Amino acid sequence: MKTIDLQKHTVRDLNQALHDQVEECTIREWEVLEPKGQHNIACGLDQNLAVDIKGHAGYFCAGMNKKAHVTIFGNAGQGVAENMMSGTVRVKGDASQAAGATAHGGLLVIEGNAGARCGISMKGVDIVVKGNVGHMSCFMGQAGSLVVCGDAGDALGDSLYETHIYVKGSVKSLGADCIEKEMRAEHIDELTDLLNRAGVEEDPKAFKRYGSARQLYNFKVDNASAY
Amino acid sequence: MSEDINVKDGLRESATFDRTTMTEIRRAAETGIYDIRGFGAKRKLPHFDDLLFLGASMSRYPLEGYREKCNTSVTLGTRHAKKPIVLDIPVTIAGMSFGALSANAKEALGRGASLMGTSTTTGDGGMTPEERGQSSKLVYQYLPSRYGMNPDDLRKADAIEVVLGQGAKPGGGGMLLGQKITDRVAKMRTLPMGVDQRSACRHPDWTGPDDLAIKIQELREITDWQVPIYIKVGATRTYYDVKLAVKAGADVIVVDGMQGGTAATQDVFIEHVGIPTLAAIPQAVQALQEMGMHRKVQLIVSGGIRNGADVAKCMALGADAVAIGTAALVALGCNHPKYDEEFKKIGSAAGFYDDYHEGKDPAGISTQDPELMKRLDPVEAGRKLANYLNVLTLEAQTLARACGKNDLRNLEPEDLVALTVESAAMARVPLAGTSWIPGQKY
Amino acid sequence: MCGIVGLYLKNKALESQLGALFTPMLIAMTDRGPDSAGFAIYGDEVADGSTKLTLRHPDEHYDWDRLASAIKDDLGVTVEWFKNSKVAVFKVGAEVDVIQSYLAENAADILILSAGQSIEILKEVGLPKNIAETFNLASMKGSHIIGHTRMATESAVTMEGSHPFSTGQDLCLVHNGSLSNHNRLREELKREGVTFQTENDSEVAAGYLTNRLRKGDTLNEALTNALKDLDGFFTFTIGTRDGFAVVRDPIACKPAVMAETDDYVAMASEYQALTTLPGIENAKVWEPEPETIYVWERDQ
Repeated sequence: MKTIDLQKHTVRDLNQALHDQVEECTIREWEVLEPKGQHNIACGLDQNLAVDIKGHAGYFCAGMNKKAHVTIFGNAGQGVAENMMSGTVRVKGDASQAAGATAHGGLLVIEGNAGARCGISMKGVDIVVKGNVGHMSCFMGQAGSLVVCGDAGDALGDSLYETHIYVKGSVKSLGADCIEKEMRAEHIDELTDLLNRAGVEEDPKAFKRYGSARQLYNFKVDNASAY
Repeated sequence: MSEDINVKDGLRESATFDRTTMTEIRRAAETGIYDIRGFGAKRKLPHFDDLLFLGASMSRYPLEGYREKCNTSVTLGTRHAKKPIVLDIPVTIAGMSFGALSANAKEALGRGASLMGTSTTTGDGGMTPEERGQSSKLVYQYLPSRYGMNPDDLRKADAIEVVLGQGAKPGGGGMLLGQKITDRVAKMRTLPMGVDQRSACRHPDWTGPDDLAIKIQELREITDWQVPIYIKVGATRTYYDVKLAVKAGADVIVVDGMQGGTAATQDVFIEHVGIPTLAAIPQAVQALQEMGMHRKVQLIVSGGIRNGADVAKCMALGADAVAIGTAALVALGCNHPKYDEEFKKIGSAAGFYDDYHEGKDPAGISTQDPELMKRLDPVEAGRKLANYLNVLTLEAQTLARACGKNDLRNLEPEDLVALTVESAAMARVPLAGTSWIPGQKY
Repeated sequence: MCGIVGLYLKNKALESQLGALFTPMLIAMTDRGPDSAGFAIYGDEVADGSTKLTLRHPDEHYDWDRLASAIKDDLGVTVEWFKNSKVAVFKVGAEVDVIQSYLAENAADILILSAGQSIEILKEVGLPKNIAETFNLASMKGSHIIGHTRMATESAVTMEGSHPFSTGQDLCLVHNGSLSNHNRLREELKREGVTFQTENDSEVAAGYLTNRLRKGDTLNEALTNALKDLDGFFTFTIGTRDGFAVVRDPIACKPAVMAETDDYVAMASEYQALTTLPGIENAKVWEPEPETIYVWERDQ
């Protein structure tokens, strides 16, 4: 295992060392010390690495992650795992706004709460939040799944496309074109699998499912108030 | 007044409620939704035609056309990038998406640009293998929607353009109507087929220049600081926006004036938001000069560039390069008279067609219809684009040599005069034959 | 577009270290705001009936001593004063209205950066590090402090356009974001008698609060009204005599993070500004909700 202390090395040094593993992977396990909220830690990874960040991370941690497994032992700033393609990002603490924004794949687990716009414009990622999510979560969500074990804030799933949303707690309000949907057997299966992958012990039957009413998919004059 | 088109056989049409206005009112009453169309602003605006060059005669010496060199190449991204882009000509192809345009059209743009040693740009919909394959220099747009955004393509790009807005619709997001969301387009954008796609107007994970600075840092980290990062803005509060783009860390700033085109936006947006390209350039240059960054952070200007004179005038006002969109499509064959009959069938006419969003373009450019697409041969169309780019360059060189310059970038505002008070005020050059620049203190 | 930092000490034993604890917080926000910086520090209170002012004159060599003597003679009150770089802090044995109208009449070219019993506002154009050095921030004492680093959006980079903006006695405001209806609002406020020194959007927010408070709103009411009347994007931190308040607009795009331990409450635009605080590793760290007014104040 390789340890990099971010009080002694720059984020640039760290990221270059991690990117160098793409050509030839010589070290698979990495530990990052003293991140102290710095931005852009471990972004752009493209190798099956395990990166443990021991502390709070700033903006865009693990941004555009591919293949790697990044764990933040602390809170994550804005846009954690934004545009992730594959791999896993796990936040032990809370995540700020826009967690998993536009992510195409992989699994993002937030063990604490997530802020506003969690999963905004998500495009295939699976996000599991043990705590609550803030307002406008899953805004314009296109594909993938968002699981919220706590409560959801205002305007959940506004202008949703095909993302599946599961919430165990209360939903403060649903956004435009987002409705509660029936929880069928295939959804229980999907949710069970998501919870298992995230290592979260919850009863899938306690969740409600939300999805797109698909009323805003095409312009209609009668929907003008929602535009 | 000899001919007033508003007067006919003794009848008088209202200048306020003319036929176009009435047609739009009726259309709105019928449909209940705003008019969406492509193309750029159609209203008359102060433009480069209102400027003239002061060729050399006695006080200055001109250069000979075929013997004495006039450099056209320009290097972009020298501020931070390890690999700046070197363009042979200062005319680049602006961002236009696969989805808005057919794959053949994208390929033709790449071919034409590559033949002339310049760059082309992706659009809101990701990077296609065709355009990467055919473009020797490809700028990858980073847009609010992030359709098809992925780190592999990001690392394949020769530059990254963070798009905050475009001249046709500063403050608005993109649109692509269902007719054009085919299976391939839908897959690239992770959307259901046939939806009317409304893209976001703000980026999902940052807002404002302070957070943009961090975002740019992220893009640099992901690409190991190799390639230049551009910031593209629609021309509005250009002076402030350019300063903030420099503060946020841009290598190159792209300013798109209100004549800039779009694939589909509300007509009201196209015609009523933004400032003319002519007015935006001096603001941008002033901002760069005040920060000591003119020529260090390069400026690309777009929006209504049509000929070599426009190119030379942009550069004289202080741009490092220009970008063309609509003009490039016309070079490929957009609105070509040979399809006039077909344009009429869909309620338009050659030279007037702007319903790019409907996907029925008879010229096979702004369409995803497989039959229409076939009409555009990417090799031939690419050749035409290259020819056109060549003419733009030759024309710009001709004008620069006439002003005694051995490099297009040595053109200065002092080489220009204005024909109208409006253009003199906007371009900040004197009215022809005077030393008067409206709005300037002496 | 900017960085905001605030630190409120619950543990009085730390008050002598307030400036030292705060200096790295301010400097950590340099990337968010390289144009100018400033802070409002609270402490070293004057007695009831007395007023503390932070004053500045366009002439760097202005004769403050002469002003102090004139106030003493003309008003028959006590005056103590000291200079800190280009500003002078005056402690006058008179009510705030008395001294403010005296200055307006007799020294109209003096800029009053702050007035109250506790507040001192110090701000300048330049990098946060230089501003901290200019005012010797690290050696300053007090109970709480809020600061700001500015990346100017539309209005000029000047000392006057720097934050914090005074919004009344012992009150000030710092802002991260960009308001979109400040021009008309400024005109309305001017008609109601609020004066402005810059074209800055944040100064309008400060003027708005000043006006609401003058009309009798409590701070909470004034902020609730601000949420209704101010359009655009904002995270505000408002310094009060007893602590500070934080509020974000309903969309809440501009960042804010809070931290609390037994010793202090701190806020910042980014977590990295909090990392130098003692015991931060075990602090409670969270983000304020949109459209929610948070107030931290010591018990009266």
